[in-house]
Amino acid sequence: MVEWTEQERGIINSIMGSLDYDDVGPKALTRCLIVYPWTQRYFVAFGNLYNAEAIKTNPNIAAHGIKILHGLDRAMKNMDDIKATYAELSVLHSEKLHVDPDNFRLLADCLTIVIAAKMGNAFTPDIQGAWQKFLAVVVSALGRQYH
Amino acid sequence: MSLTDTDKAAVRKLWGVISKSSDAIGTDALGRMLSVYPQTKTYFSHWPDLSYGSGPVKKHGKTIMDGVALAVSKIDDLKKGLLELSELHAFKLRVDPSNFKILTHCILVVVATKFPKEFTPEAHVALDKFLACLSLSLSEKYR
Repeated sequence: MVEWTEQERGIINSIMGSLDYDDVGPKALTRCLIVYPWTQRYFVAFGNLYNAEAIKTNPNIAAHGIKILHGLDRAMKNMDDIKATYAELSVLHSEKLHVDPDNFRLLADCLTIVIAAKMGNAFTPDIQGAWQKFLAVVVSALGRQYH
Repeated sequence: MSLTDTDKAAVRKLWGVISKSSDAIGTDALGRMLSVYPQTKTYFSHWPDLSYGSGPVKKHGKTIMDGVALAVSKIDDLKKGLLELSELHAFKLRVDPSNFKILTHCILVVVATKFPKEFTPEAHVALDKFLACLSLSLSEKYR
């Protein structure tokens, strides 16, 4: 079981509470698709991903980005058992979506960059540490049910 | 994944904007790395003070970014341009190459915090590719 200090819980809740999911979600996903273009393989049905502009203005990608942030919200609300909370999601990503779990790490890194850009100097090393710990647990939980 | 002309132009353009803060970027990135990834401290057991913003961290952060600056100037032939640094890392420092990815990530985070407007997804991919190529050049002579 993952141990969280009160400080870490506070940091995660504070960051998530400050985010506009409708803005950050699309930004993180589009950045991932641009910075790691091979991740586009999972979004063939989403329409035009031909270049960065197309990706940034694609409404299906934006909608999916928002969905992802709401999924992360569930992890935040269940920090003491993210593994169980994400069991179904993990099965979905493995059995139905067939997503290489390494991609979760890539998306997590892009989300971190988007938040760092938003928070500026307020994104201190301690806060970065706690945030990345949270995302590492999320990423691990999402890959847990793969076999 | 080699650098295209577009990548090189994007790196030069971004570097033009961020280079005046390169000392601060280096200090911040190195400090973050030691704090967020404590296993990296094993390479600096000879320093008296590993805390964020300490003298050794500031000095070494600058050293690292001077290396990045050199790499930008030699972007058309990193292998040749970074030969000395490559030998240094292979035979003397012997830093496990996985750590280059860690430091790269910290540099990207710092650039994002300090230059959110300029660090667009397009600039991000170019810088990430460049730092990956730089890292590869540094581990060129490892084996």
